[in-house]
Amino acid sequence: MSLRGLSPADIFERALAGERHALGRLITFVERDAAEAEIVAEMAHTRAGNAHVIGITGSPGSGKSTLTGQLVKLLGEAGKRAAVLAVDPSSPLTGGAILGDRVRMEDVASPDTFIRSMATRGHQGGLSLAVPGVVRLLDATGYDPIVIETVGVGQVEVDIAGTADTTVVVATPGMGDSVQANKAGLLELADLFVVNKADRPGASDVRRDLELMLDLSHLSGHDQRTGMRPEIVMTTALSGEGAPEMWDAIERHFTTIADNGQLTERRINRDVAEVRNRLMADLESRIDVMLTGNSLSGVAEVLDAVAGRSLSPTAAATQLAARISDL
Amino acid sequence: MADEVSTNPPQLRVVLAKLGFDGHDRGIKIVARILRDAGMEVIYLGLRQSYKNVVNAVEQEDADAIGLSMHNASHMTLAPKMVAALAEAGLEVPVVVGGIVPDEDIEPLLEKGVAAILGPGASAEEVAQTIRDAVASMRAETSQA
Repeated sequence: MSLRGLSPADIFERALAGERHALGRLITFVERDAAEAEIVAEMAHTRAGNAHVIGITGSPGSGKSTLTGQLVKLLGEAGKRAAVLAVDPSSPLTGGAILGDRVRMEDVASPDTFIRSMATRGHQGGLSLAVPGVVRLLDATGYDPIVIETVGVGQVEVDIAGTADTTVVVATPGMGDSVQANKAGLLELADLFVVNKADRPGASDVRRDLELMLDLSHLSGHDQRTGMRPEIVMTTALSGEGAPEMWDAIERHFTTIADNGQLTERRINRDVAEVRNRLMADLESRIDVMLTGNSLSGVAEVLDAVAGRSLSPTAAATQLAARISDL
Repeated sequence: MADEVSTNPPQLRVVLAKLGFDGHDRGIKIVARILRDAGMEVIYLGLRQSYKNVVNAVEQEDADAIGLSMHNASHMTLAPKMVAALAEAGLEVPVVVGGIVPDEDIEPLLEKGVAAILGPGASAEEVAQTIRDAVASMRAETSQA
C-alpha cells in the first residue's frame, strides 16, 4: 500500500502490523536523521529490548555475507522472524556506495526475513551511526534475532562489540601468524570465533593460533570480565557446513550472558554509548562552527597565534575548550 | 546528529537488477559504478532476479528508483510486468530501463509506465541525471495526485 500522506505515527502503526515498506521508510527516516527520526525513536524505544542482536564481523572477503546467508536460512527454517542489517562502506569522495550483500542472502532467506542494506555514510568504526536506531526499530517491530553484518574490517573497527549482544569474528586461513592473533583490538572483543573456509589448507593453524591467544586471555582478566571463554567454530560457508554449529554456539553465548547478568550490563552500556555518540556528534558540529565560522569573538585571534607560532595547539585547545558551552 | 557525508539533497537509493534469464552483466556493473560515483547508494541485485525479489528489495530498502538492465530482447514483456508488479504492491518508484532497446520499442515502453530508457553510448552524466529526473518527476506526480 502506498505510504503517501501518512504521518510517522501512522507509518509506525503499519510497520507494527507487519507492512514491510512502512518499516523500510522508518529506517530511511532514522538513516537521514530526519525530523521524523526522533518521533520514531521514541515510539520504538518503549517497545524494544527483546531481540538477540548478533554481530558478524571480519576482514573483507572472509565470507561474512555468505555466512550470514547460511545463518538466516537456518533461522528461517526454525520459524524465526529474523532481520539482517548489511553494512557496506560509503565512498569517502562522493558519498555513494554499492551495497552488494543482499544478493547473497535473498535466495536462501525465508520470506519473513527482513534485509536492509546500509552504507556507512562517512562513519569509520565499521558500522553506520544510524545502526543502533535501526536495530531498535527492527526489535520494536518484532524481529528476533537481528543480525548485523559489518563492513570488512581490519583490527580497530570495534563498533560492533558495543552494539551487539553476541559478536562473532570471522577468521580465515592466511590471515597471518600467531603474532597477529595476539595484537590488540577486534580479536579481544569477540564472543565467538568462526574459522571460515575451513576446507582450505591452514584452517587448523588458524584455530590453533586463536586457541593459543585465548589460553593467554586470563592474563588480561578477559575471561573473568566476560564470564566465558569464546568458542571457536569451523565453517565452510559456501556449502553451509558448520553453520548449525555456529548457531548453537551463538545461542549458548546468549544463554550464558543472560544468566550471568552480562546481557543486562551490555545493554545498559549500549544505551549510554548511544547517548554519548549523540552528544559527541553535537559537540563536534559545535567545534566545527567555532573553528570555521566567526560566531565567537576571539577565536580567530587564538588560531592566528597558533599559525604565528606564538601559541601551541595544546594551549589553544585549553583556551577554546572553555568556550564550547558559549555556542 | 547529521550524516557525516553531505546528503543534501538526500542520498538517492537505487535498486539495480536483471530480470530472468539474461547473463550479460557487464553493463549493469558499470552502471552501478557510475551511480556510486554520482553519490548514490546502489542496492545491487545483479543477475536472474524475479519481480518478487525486486519488489521485496524496493520495500525493505525503501529505494527511490529501479534500474533494469535488459540485453536479451525480453524488455517488451518483462519491463511492463515489473511496472505492474510495483503498482500492485503500491510502490511509487520509477523504473528506468537500460540496455539494448530498438527505437520502435521506446514509445510503447514509455506508454506502459517505464520512466526512461538508456541505450548504448549514454554518458555517465546522462545515466545519473536520468535517474535523478525520473525520481523528481515521480515525486511531482505523486504529490499532485
